[in-house]
Amino acid sequence: MSSVPVTAQTAGKAAARAAVRRRNRGSRATRVAQRRPGWVTYALLGIALLISIFPLYYTLLLGSSTQQEVSQNAVPQWLPDLSLFDRFATVVNASQINFWKALTNSVIISVTASLAVVLFSTLAGFAFAKLRFAWRRGLLVFVIATMAVPTQLGVIPLYILMTDLDWVGKLQAVIVPAMLCPFGVFWMTQYLSSALPFELIEAARVDGASMLRTFRSVALPAAAPAAAMLFLFWFVMQWTMFFWPSIVLNSQNPTLPLVVQSLQGQYFTDYSLVMAGIFLVTFPLLVIFAIVGKQLVAGIMTGAVKG
Amino acid sequence: MTALHTPAPAPARGNPDPAPRRVGFTQRLSRWDVKLSPYLYISPFFLLFALVGAFPLVYTAYVSVHEWNLLGGQGEFVGLQNFADVLGQAIFWKSVGNTFSIFVLSAAPQLALAITIAALLDQNLRAATFWRMGVLVPYVVAPVAVSLIFGRMFADQYGLINAILGGIGLDPVGWHSDRFASHVAIATIVNFRWTGYNALILLAAMQAVPRELYEAAVIDGAGRFRQFFSVTIPQIRSTMVFVVITATIGGMQIFDEVRMYDPIGLGGPSRNWMTTVLYLYDVAWGNQKNFGRAAAVAWLLFLLIVCIGLINFYLTSRIAAADGDRSAVSRRRTQALIAQAQAKARAGSRAEAPTAPLPAHAAALPDDGPPGQAPPGRTTRSTRDSGGQR
Repeated sequence: MSSVPVTAQTAGKAAARAAVRRRNRGSRATRVAQRRPGWVTYALLGIALLISIFPLYYTLLLGSSTQQEVSQNAVPQWLPDLSLFDRFATVVNASQINFWKALTNSVIISVTASLAVVLFSTLAGFAFAKLRFAWRRGLLVFVIATMAVPTQLGVIPLYILMTDLDWVGKLQAVIVPAMLCPFGVFWMTQYLSSALPFELIEAARVDGASMLRTFRSVALPAAAPAAAMLFLFWFVMQWTMFFWPSIVLNSQNPTLPLVVQSLQGQYFTDYSLVMAGIFLVTFPLLVIFAIVGKQLVAGIMTGAVKG
Repeated sequence: MTALHTPAPAPARGNPDPAPRRVGFTQRLSRWDVKLSPYLYISPFFLLFALVGAFPLVYTAYVSVHEWNLLGGQGEFVGLQNFADVLGQAIFWKSVGNTFSIFVLSAAPQLALAITIAALLDQNLRAATFWRMGVLVPYVVAPVAVSLIFGRMFADQYGLINAILGGIGLDPVGWHSDRFASHVAIATIVNFRWTGYNALILLAAMQAVPRELYEAAVIDGAGRFRQFFSVTIPQIRSTMVFVVITATIGGMQIFDEVRMYDPIGLGGPSRNWMTTVLYLYDVAWGNQKNFGRAAAVAWLLFLLIVCIGLINFYLTSRIAAADGDRSAVSRRRTQALIAQAQAKARAGSRAEAPTAPLPAHAAALPDDGPPGQAPPGRTTRSTRDSGGQR
């Protein structure tokens, strides 16, 4: 039994390899299209990369200089030194800054909001893509239309609402509005309608699974790749968000972007400390980016929208 | 699934055998499950939208026609007085002018740079992922941090940019004192953060361009630049429009960068870089604490965005006319072909001819989103991965 498939497989592999060789030989035009770019491309990209990271490097430089050096020289030195860590310690230990609290808050807000967005979007996306119900199409069009509404413009009533709920200064004032993401619903609907075959759902139903069970064991695993992308986006978006948190939160209970603001307020004459603080605030997301940046890039290229 | 539609017979009272009763209950439960689940699944989104999306938008209108104070709460009904007050304030108009100026200064160079970077990345690069991640680094730095860093680099005295200008023998620029210069600096902050992101979106569109077009262009003797302008640019036009529209919506709401550009955060000594959202913030939570007026500002800004959206829509439909027509024709032709095939199948003697021309899930795809809102390249992109496979 084993010999026949193996032969077939080898033949298939050989054929595939031959096809690849034929394709690679290709026409002159194909070869031109496949050619590696010259050094000019790399040089230009190198410049773009330098511009991308230079401001961060510059914050390190200013952060490791003294207040006096910063106020007299545009570039006090060309390499950061160990005094940087003293500045870090000053920022972290400054009682007015609440650095650790801000870090915890940022993690809580970003993770909770992103998890909620992923869950709600997958639920709604599953319903829109795979289930039949009245008004389905109309409601989906409605969801897409809400993507065009700038939610920032409702900040005043939202603030009044938060005051009435007595949520001002509390994390839920940031988390609850951040759970709304029409794009996520649209994205999941798109993804699930192509990635989840109807046969799988029917099979689960025939086996006696309830709708919730079907969602959990069939739709959720199928949605995992898209869910990961959505999570990443929303996480970055919430982590860097400033406008709304600056309105409903305060310096006793800040997020990291608010820490940046209070650094400027506290030490704006000592730019060395401000810069060290900025780097410290930016660092966690840079680490995350180094780990999952590849997925984030792939996600943006699969089509994200700007918030 | 078919069993769901046969109602279970009501079990007789006092039936000693519990089995049929349980089946009936389960079936009824299952029918309700099927009927209600979709609504349950979409309800979290819609409830949230009602609470934090729709309600505030509508309520803004209510607030805008009342006297309303941050501390005192709702006052009396004043009609359109708040709107009149806002429109009568010179600072409001200045903020609108600033917003437009900063937006234009950021959108145009951003798009040009993003296309250039995308074109560079759209080659058979070694370590393609590394370069892509490299240009995305600014995106993960919070706008407030970027603004502070650049605020320092653009400092009027001892700033890096002015030092460089001095180094090549130019006069220092008043990046904070001069109105136009401050707009350039703030636009630079915006560009720094978003260029790489937009480059990746454009790159995705570029990768969806069929390689045969380039091969044909090469055979026709087109060089790199000719290929770029005659093949790439026309092919990614709709994505460019998408990028412009999102940049517009974002540009009209710019706040973080201008708030953090100086330590005071209210647009400079003579409000030289105060944008409309910053003005809204100042009216509501800053000096005036006047929610009624701020709500009026919000509505005026909303109208402004709608106007620009309509202009965009008009331009889009004109620019993308060629693309749109082609796809409309092809869709019509596809339908005609399907109809033809169906007719043939019906006329033919084959009894098992398929009755449904399309798989059911094809109908589930929303094929017409609002223009520009549909993420680019979703439908057209093949699964082709980065450079190596081409």
